[in-house]
Amino acid sequence: MSNWLSQHGYALIRALRQLAGTPMTSLLSIIVFSIVLSLPAGIFILLENLRALSGHATDSQQMTLILDTAAGSADVELINTRLEEMTVIEGFQFISREVALQELQRESGMAEVMRNLEQNPLPDAFVVNLGSLSAGEIEKMQAMMQAWPKIAHVLVDTDWARKLDAMLDVGRLVVIMLTSVFGTTLVIVMFNTIRLQILTRRDEIELSKLIGATDSYIRRPFLYFGAIQGLAGAALAWLLLYFTIIKLNEALSELARLYATTFTLDPLSWQDSLILILFSGTLGWIGARWSVARHFAQIDHESAIS
Amino acid sequence: MAAMISFNDVSKCYPGGFEALKGVTLSIDQGELILFAGHSGAGKSTLLKLIAAIERPTSGSIIVGQQNIGTLRRSAIPYLRRNIGMIFQEQKILYDRNVFANVMLPLQVTGFDTRTSASRVRAALDKVGLLDKERADPITLSGGEKQRLCIARAVVHRPSLLIADEPTANLDSNYARDIMAVFESFNQVGVTVLISTHDRMLLDSTRHRIIELKQGKLVA
Repeated sequence: MSNWLSQHGYALIRALRQLAGTPMTSLLSIIVFSIVLSLPAGIFILLENLRALSGHATDSQQMTLILDTAAGSADVELINTRLEEMTVIEGFQFISREVALQELQRESGMAEVMRNLEQNPLPDAFVVNLGSLSAGEIEKMQAMMQAWPKIAHVLVDTDWARKLDAMLDVGRLVVIMLTSVFGTTLVIVMFNTIRLQILTRRDEIELSKLIGATDSYIRRPFLYFGAIQGLAGAALAWLLLYFTIIKLNEALSELARLYATTFTLDPLSWQDSLILILFSGTLGWIGARWSVARHFAQIDHESAIS
Repeated sequence: MAAMISFNDVSKCYPGGFEALKGVTLSIDQGELILFAGHSGAGKSTLLKLIAAIERPTSGSIIVGQQNIGTLRRSAIPYLRRNIGMIFQEQKILYDRNVFANVMLPLQVTGFDTRTSASRVRAALDKVGLLDKERADPITLSGGEKQRLCIARAVVHRPSLLIADEPTANLDSNYARDIMAVFESFNQVGVTVLISTHDRMLLDSTRHRIIELKQGKLVA
């Protein structure tokens, strides 16, 4: 066990020494990793933030029943009872035409215009909280309520959220495709980096085989080397994204202030950060493993001929 | 004494069609010191490489220790080689590290702990008279010193079999005699030593068994 540990420790030290021995090359491939990773990861962050936004919207779906202006208090009473009987909805609220007018006057800065109106042009309305009903259920309910007496319009304002959801699905697909294309690229980058490492250490590899080193012993530092570069690349990508988000949030808060709302981007969750880093480390490892398998076989072949 | 190595009708044919060994049968006892003689291309190097499983026989069987080289699994080869010390014709010194680190290599690959390793490396360097050069860059060593470095590296893990391929090839005769004396001292403590050479002087002055090869065959 301690022997096993010391073998791995030794391989790790050799890998780190290799990294330190070629600082420029190592740094460049770490940067390549970080840039290539930060694009899909950045898009992923944007999608996650949009999803949080739309999830918020679809969780609180609302339907607005707008009554005919000719509707009297008896009609309002009838609709009120019917809504009370419906168990699928989460709740509802009556907004009388007077209340609606007051709110309009307060919010829209058209107080002057409103005050000059001879009569209230607004209808009574019910706002119904739908909870998380499906689109189909909502549509059925909409048709049913449309048939109720003295109902002028039934408005459902969740279409945009559903469209956003569909777009997010497309976005997610794009992220997956980008990740697989870029992931392949990174494996190839690491394949080549390790190839160069193997070429410069060829004498050592050949000699190690001759003096009784096992294949896994010879392979190990290169695998560590690949994995470390992958991990470091992901860590750098994470930092890049983190500071980009901080900068973006500064700009966004200004924009949001102008629109009198708050909106900030969240960075990657720690689970997603962990996934990013492990994923990248694995890519580095795979590239190294592939390169080692390919080039060690070549060395075997060539030294058998000589 | 039991045979440590036995060749039974061994032939080795290289991919180009060159037959390096033709039907060689021989037996080597534990504790022997043997000189393999012959011109270059006679098959000396091939014979030594077969013992360390650097090459595989085309036909016939080679038993080293209890193991059949022809059928040895690839994964078992490293463990076979850990019982063998090899001195290569082309030396294979790593010039990116000092003398000490070069001699350390065979211990490192077997996972020896560092403290025991260091004392073993010094013991090996002491035996070949290079102890004062342990921090030296191998590029600064003379030809004879480089060869001593190779010997120290070959014996540091205390193998029971020492194989040297043309160890005196590039040395003047004084150095060659020195090197030979080092081999004899290992042989005296029970190490089986196999040396290939075409150095007439070395062959004429030795009292050890000589096996001569000519065009891949044993000369009686």
